[in-house]
Amino acid sequence: MQSYNYKEILKDNLWVNNVVFAQMLALCPLLAVTSGATNGLGLGLITTAVMILSSLLISLIRPFLTPQVRIPIFILLIAALVTIADLAMNAWLHELHKVLGLFIPLIVTNCAILGRAESYASKNPWFPAVYDGFTTGLGFTFALVVLGGFREVIGSGTLFANASLLLGDSFSIIELTLIPDYKGMLLVILPSGGFIMLGVLLSAKRLLDTFLENRKKVSEQ
Amino acid sequence: MSIISEKIKQTHAYPALLMGTVSLLVCGLLLITNHFTTQPIADRQREDLTKLLNQVLPQTVYDNQPLDNRYQQEIDGHTYLFYRARLQEKVSAIVLFTSTSGYSGEISMLVAIKADGELSGVRVLSHTETPGLGDKIELAKSDWILGFVGLSLSNPDNKGWAVKKDGGEFDAFTGATITPRAVVKGVHETLQLFKNNHDLFLEIKAPSAENTTEKKQTKDMINSASIELTPKPQYRSYYAEL
Repeated sequence: MQSYNYKEILKDNLWVNNVVFAQMLALCPLLAVTSGATNGLGLGLITTAVMILSSLLISLIRPFLTPQVRIPIFILLIAALVTIADLAMNAWLHELHKVLGLFIPLIVTNCAILGRAESYASKNPWFPAVYDGFTTGLGFTFALVVLGGFREVIGSGTLFANASLLLGDSFSIIELTLIPDYKGMLLVILPSGGFIMLGVLLSAKRLLDTFLENRKKVSEQ
Repeated sequence: MSIISEKIKQTHAYPALLMGTVSLLVCGLLLITNHFTTQPIADRQREDLTKLLNQVLPQTVYDNQPLDNRYQQEIDGHTYLFYRARLQEKVSAIVLFTSTSGYSGEISMLVAIKADGELSGVRVLSHTETPGLGDKIELAKSDWILGFVGLSLSNPDNKGWAVKKDGGEFDAFTGATITPRAVVKGVHETLQLFKNNHDLFLEIKAPSAENTTEKKQTKDMINSASIELTPKPQYRSYYAEL
């Protein structure tokens, strides 16, 4: 029986092999929605839900799969789950759907989900697969919120604007206006600014990793 | 270990059968979801529409359900979609869907006109104008759009229906003249359209209006209509490129 190091998986999916910051996957929905932290959080959570479910389904039908048709089957299942999420959100989370509606179908094209299905869920039992889907989703959400947060603060001077639409009225306290009377910085809000901010964040992560590694080396010597 | 023996998996039929079965299951799942969400989604869309109508039409103007009074009218080869608000059976106002070309694409608007030709309200439904500059036509960003309330073709006069830069009476935004110019032009044209087809829109039966193609839509059409109600996120034009 193979044993699973869940702590290792968590660390791997959240930081070391983060879909965005390390694998550079899923950039299309990432750049499209992260003009604000709230949108990022919303899309991240939906993607996480889709990832958990797709990992579960795929690991359950694993014994039936053959190499020839596995990819079409993955795509079919992911597309179905995304469509269900889209319809359900339109019906029961309508306000959020109005904000994110355009980007939900994009989850199908999120190669991170297919990537996890192919490289993990189709090779492991259901529990580790679900756990992997969950942590990868969290890593993606983390990336979306961080990038969205930076772009929102620099671009419009607010943080988590409209969060009450997503989380309910009780969360309106996290809607912050950090810079009052801020004129806004258009470049950062536009998609090109998304690329620039992503580049900045990637280099920041690289710097941090190098710094930590060096410190480890020094302390070992 | 394996539930299906490798021998069966090697046959040509197996992948096809597997694919077919999964497709069928997925279809079933989608059908069930669709069945349970159709009604809530239709309700939400109707709520949105009601909210929007309440914004552009004061409730004192009508005593009917304007949403159930949905009409289509073809004028000069263009089909217009509108709602009639009635007060004591008489058409008191119409709410018309219209569009104009802005700086970077179509701006679709909802224009409410009272029977006497006075504007009751204007809202932008969707647009792809530059965020931060042209998007001040949205009520969420600026109350500029409220400036249209109470205006008509004679107030201001023909010359006044332009932005200040062009000698008119409407403010333009810093850094964006084309967008407000387009909206002003769109609203002005809608008012002229209303004036020129006054009898048609207000259901006044004149001998000349006999050959109208007016037709009332059934109630079901309202629910199935997928009208875009909210200003979409402004990245629609970039979205394809990403």
